[in-house]
Amino acid sequence: MTAPLALREAAVALGGRPVLRHLDLAIDQGDVVALLGSNGSGKSTLVRAAMGLLPLSRGQVELFGTPLPKFTSWQRVGYVPQRAAAASGVPATVWEVVASGRLARRRLFRPLSSRDRAAIDAALESVELADRRDDGAALLSGGQQQRVLIARALAGEPDLLVLDEPTAGVDLHSQYELANSLQRVAASGATVLLVAHELGALGPLIDRTVVLHDGRIVYDGEPRTATDGHTFHDHAHPERPTGPTILGSGWQL
Amino acid sequence: MNLLDLEFMQRALLAALVTGLAAPAVGTYLVQRRLALLGDGIGHVAVTGVALGVLTGQAPMLTAVVVAVLGALAIELIRARGRTSGDVALALLFYGGIAGGVLLIGIAGESPASLQSYLFGSIVTVSAGDLVTVASLAVVVVLLALGLAPQMFAVCQDEEFAKVQGLDVRLYSVLLSVMAAVTVTVAMRTVGLLLVSALMVIPAATAQQLFRGFRITLLSAMGMGTLASLGGVTTSFYLDAAPGATIVMLALGGFVATWPLGAAIRHRRRLAAPFEDADPFAVPSPHATESHPHEHGEHCGHPAVVHGDHVDYVHDGHRHARHGDHYDEH
Repeated sequence: MTAPLALREAAVALGGRPVLRHLDLAIDQGDVVALLGSNGSGKSTLVRAAMGLLPLSRGQVELFGTPLPKFTSWQRVGYVPQRAAAASGVPATVWEVVASGRLARRRLFRPLSSRDRAAIDAALESVELADRRDDGAALLSGGQQQRVLIARALAGEPDLLVLDEPTAGVDLHSQYELANSLQRVAASGATVLLVAHELGALGPLIDRTVVLHDGRIVYDGEPRTATDGHTFHDHAHPERPTGPTILGSGWQL
Repeated sequence: MNLLDLEFMQRALLAALVTGLAAPAVGTYLVQRRLALLGDGIGHVAVTGVALGVLTGQAPMLTAVVVAVLGALAIELIRARGRTSGDVALALLFYGGIAGGVLLIGIAGESPASLQSYLFGSIVTVSAGDLVTVASLAVVVVLLALGLAPQMFAVCQDEEFAKVQGLDVRLYSVLLSVMAAVTVTVAMRTVGLLLVSALMVIPAATAQQLFRGFRITLLSAMGMGTLASLGGVTTSFYLDAAPGATIVMLALGGFVATWPLGAAIRHRRRLAAPFEDADPFAVPSPHATESHPHEHGEHCGHPAVVHGDHVDYVHDGHRHARHGDHYDEH
């Protein structure tokens, strides 16, 4: 089985500054993987490069075994960008935003098929926003807007779902609703890669965590749960000395 | 005297009809993309195109289309490269376009006043040949704007998401710019180059006061644009004024007239939206809460405030942040 997403020797530089260095990462079919790290660790850069939104300075990205430049099966990929992208100059309804997630499966100048409409309805159901379909998307709360963007990605019925900071600025209650939606996605056999600053309510879903620091992978493996029983402490500590030598030597998650 | 008995009025009204449909269709996408002034920039550049036509003896309509398309591509290139901010790029084209036009007209030995009918429109100058060009270009623009609506919507709404859907974002951006350039030229005879952008933007601005969906906004903007355009040409005949001015004043009148209605609708929606009415900056009091009858969440009714990496809830004038099984004061 080829990995839905793999980076090989990948490096990304933004404005001449290296942000990701020699990164090797393969996401296995059906896994729910969390990409953690502090601000500036390169986690958003990694997913944006993996989606072809940023050019690699070296190495390559493979989606379902195909190198990115040759990849055309975009209907297999669902991308949920950071929420800032949700508003635009002209209002759009929740349904309209979610419907745009079907585009990779639609042909030019053809109306929506009943298959398309069913997929859009199912995506709205899975994030529990079916009753808000005719509301203006910009009028929803932050957590609801995040779920609209997830529904948009789900409408394309992807095999790989990539989420960039789905929990940022979302209150805990909404995080639990988000976790429910992602639970259903994972249960359907899709592969999920999500970027997070902190896992919060998503913790129990995660099969594997990858921690980035300074553009390198500093931890890759089972998610470690709380140690003090009081709070989930699942972000990397940038003030700690880092580097490959400390791998496995008590890196706290 | 019947207006429609006059041949030049028949042509002017037909030109107004297709312009009124095409300009808001393209304009809605431009507003969605936050490029509302793009039409203005292209209109200014097209002035150079018209003058080039006068100078070389070609049909001004033709040279205007060519120069407007080139100008639109230049703006898109500058925007996509991101080197110069979009508004500075537009400003450069504004000045260059007008200056180039006036300069070329001078070289051609004409007074700048001869550009007037292109700048503000003129109902008596729509020739039969013009009408064929105007109508066929406008029909192509409208068909593309409606036929490619799903793709255009996605590209204008969220460029990066559209790219991950496999859409050729650059191709659609260029196509939209070219459609805007063609629309500007189409509208040259009725609204005029300096006011064409108003017919692209005002109907979209009016429609979005009343509706919350994109599709309905697009279609009703086209309807409003057609009304303003036909009404403006008719009015200008009786007033003997430049049609561009009457069209734009009618469109603006429509915007002003729908303002109270839009304000009422927005007010009602605000009441339905979560946490908009209370003061999110209430001063927190230092004491911690002992009892807490409910869990704070999206629908608990307390205003939510993002505070660093978590969310506080404004509760009786102080801010609660969840901490394990209780709430801290923040």
